[in-house]
Amino acid sequence: MRMVYFAWVREQVGVPEEDVAPPATVVTIADLVDWLAGRSEAHATAFARRDRLRAARDQNFVPLDTPIDGAAEIAIFPPVTGG
Amino acid sequence: MIRVVVSDAPIDIAAEMTLAEGAGDTQGGAVATFTGLVRGDDGVTELTLEHYPGATERALEALAAEASARWPLAGVTIVHRVGPMHPGDRIVFVAACSAHRAAALDACAFLIDRLKTDAPFWKRERLGAETRWVDARSTDDAAAARWRG
Repeated sequence: MRMVYFAWVREQVGVPEEDVAPPATVVTIADLVDWLAGRSEAHATAFARRDRLRAARDQNFVPLDTPIDGAAEIAIFPPVTGG
Repeated sequence: MIRVVVSDAPIDIAAEMTLAEGAGDTQGGAVATFTGLVRGDDGVTELTLEHYPGATERALEALAAEASARWPLAGVTIVHRVGPMHPGDRIVFVAACSAHRAAALDACAFLIDRLKTDAPFWKRERLGAETRWVDARSTDDAAAARWRG
């Protein structure tokens, strides 16, 4: 599964994207964030504030409690600030 | 006609207006537009827009389609610039073309309010040697929420 990161999440993780293979116990995107936080100190820092994270599953915005459900691409990013 | 453009090129208002005005052929009696410019708040010298390629275009097209379903529109234009910009530069241009002004004005306001919360863009400001990510505003959420339900 492909992870993609944007804005300060990308900066704090240190890479714009990475391929991951989470265990079967990781069901929702929130579970995934918890699991990713254990990968490195940089991941832990980026994912420390759950309330400041938003997600997209296969390029559609979804809440963090959404099941991953075989997604090919999960994006994690801060609240958007366009316009 | 739905026109969605995400590009690092400067926004050509004259060209976009010509396209927006032509969307209704001779039936588009009203075109309402909104232009967003980079503000030089607090000594900001540069603003960089990051986005999620693919997802951005999909979100903007969905927004244009939603506006077209709510109002009788002949055309919707959303042009968003990405990459580095400077104070005074155009960052976004939205246009709605309809037979009459009420639909055009309402659709234009809907598009810019919802664009602020529904499309994956992130602003980073430079102030001299420092850079900072812009935080989302609760006033933007409130503006977008008034079009829901």
